[in-house]
Amino acid sequence: MEILKSAAAGTLESSDAMVTVEPGDGGIELELSSSVMNQYGRQIKATVLETLDRLQVSNVRITVVDKGALDCTIKARVECAVYRSCDASSANIPWGGAVR
Amino acid sequence: MRNAVGRDIPEALLVNGKEVYQGKNYMDGKYIQKASPRTRRYEKPQESKIVESLVEALKQCGARDGMTFSFHHHLRDGDYVVNMVMKAAIEELGLEDLTIAATSLGSAHDPIADYIEEGKVIGIQTSGIRGRMGEVVSAGKLKTPAIIRSHGGRPRAIEAGEVHIDIAFVAAPTSDCVGNCRGIGGKSNCGSMGYAMTDARYADHVVVVTDCLVDFPNMPASVEAIDVDAVVVVDSIGNPKKIASAAARISQNPRDLMMAENVAKVIASTPYFKDGFSFQTGVGGPSLAANLFLEKYMDERNIKMGWAIGGICGPMVELLKKGKVSKVIDVQDFDLDGVNSINQTPGHFEMSASQYANPANKGAFVNKLDFVVLAALEIDTGFNVNVLTGSDGVLRGAPGGHPDTAAGSKVCIIVTPLTRGRMATVCEKVVTVTTPGDCVDVLVTDYGIAVNPLRPDLIECLDKAGIPHVSIESLKDKAYSLVGTPDDLEWEDKVVAVLEARDGTILDVVRKIKPLTL
Repeated sequence: MEILKSAAAGTLESSDAMVTVEPGDGGIELELSSSVMNQYGRQIKATVLETLDRLQVSNVRITVVDKGALDCTIKARVECAVYRSCDASSANIPWGGAVR
Repeated sequence: MRNAVGRDIPEALLVNGKEVYQGKNYMDGKYIQKASPRTRRYEKPQESKIVESLVEALKQCGARDGMTFSFHHHLRDGDYVVNMVMKAAIEELGLEDLTIAATSLGSAHDPIADYIEEGKVIGIQTSGIRGRMGEVVSAGKLKTPAIIRSHGGRPRAIEAGEVHIDIAFVAAPTSDCVGNCRGIGGKSNCGSMGYAMTDARYADHVVVVTDCLVDFPNMPASVEAIDVDAVVVVDSIGNPKKIASAAARISQNPRDLMMAENVAKVIASTPYFKDGFSFQTGVGGPSLAANLFLEKYMDERNIKMGWAIGGICGPMVELLKKGKVSKVIDVQDFDLDGVNSINQTPGHFEMSASQYANPANKGAFVNKLDFVVLAALEIDTGFNVNVLTGSDGVLRGAPGGHPDTAAGSKVCIIVTPLTRGRMATVCEKVVTVTTPGDCVDVLVTDYGIAVNPLRPDLIECLDKAGIPHVSIESLKDKAYSLVGTPDDLEWEDKVVAVLEARDGTILDVVRKIKPLTL
């Protein structure tokens, strides 16, 4: 999927994450901050990258501000931000899969 | 050197007779030589000890570089006195290399972080450390490692001369002109002044700071004029709204209530639950709610509580007034119901920190305790508890009376949800051991109960009562299946805080955290 415009999903509430995506400069640029960075930073990074890979997004600047969200929440927020960025979030949302 | 809870303690700390933690009751029967303060004689009758300002009081007490000042924390997050005194000492008198020995410190003391960064404050000894102070100490900016002690460990250390207090500052809701202090009758009331008592007896000098001067004699005094050098009257010693909450409310959260009910069930299944039993509970959600369910069992079996101790709040005062507990002995008050009841309600008494929890005296209350219900930030599969460091390794808590009551009581119950946000409360290895696992008996979570294998007697009690329980390992596995297995924290070598066990041995150290770079 191609990031057409900047879009965000999520909140800064405890146990949630705020994910913002913008069109990239030819690769994946991840900026991550987390309230559980020391213990889960690597896992959050892996989850974000896996989700982007599954959505076939390879050109994006993505910012994740995590407040202790579980993996399932992080996946959902990344998907939603990506769908919103390419206008795929109004109907027939393919949760858990990629939009071809 | 590895200690009895498996923590590696740097050899450099094991000097002057310091040992690593060897297990519960290791120091039993040993003798100590008590320290004594060097105090000034006031033989000539004095009309009044009131001096004009803190600076005057500091000068009168011979304040100089390198001294240790002590404070007590009954004004909690409303306290103005620590900042006020340190400002006078550092900014007006230009003192340096000071050590703060406080019974606890909180976010009210954020300004002290600046003095640490400037190198004016070089030592911190406390139970609690939070907010900005916790951050700067964790970042290694304090010149010497902070020393963290429990509420019982502190009076032990003072009496043993391990902490020598040059000047003790007593934040007094009321005082008379010669320094008889009470925690009630003023405009910034805190009730019990139990933590100030040992400090006042063992300090070379004692300065009373009050915002409400009352007629002599202010009786019955918590800190007595016989120990006081000077009295300073200030506009305000604290923010009453933050000293004591209006009323500690019992949680309505169904998860808390379910855990509280299970705590009461566990208590009621043991042989110690009989007429005259003794009890302490924290003021956290599920711990406080345990009162409610316990009362039900007391009524059912027609038994009464003999006595309760600890930090006291409304629900316990309520039990006292209803005659369901005979005596409440109080080292600190958490809400106005507690504050307004001490020495007023018959059976509600004040006690010192030493009387409450000191492991080196001859009869602390914790040693007669049947049950204590406590919270935890983390508990590991060895039943070791952490109530000091956050999951990021930063200092943000307090052992308080946790290790003392756990060690002294017959049944110590930890109640905590299995996970908080993404943090697994039940884990493989706690960040810092603040209460050793050999003192912890039962864990109650929202996903099940676990009993320490060291207590087969309690396992039998639960089985007989038909209370289901599981291994603590299975609770840890459940937690990790929900939130993922956390990575181990990475540390630098530098020790930023030393955690003393209540008996004075070294239980754990906190090192400087290495930030994670991805």
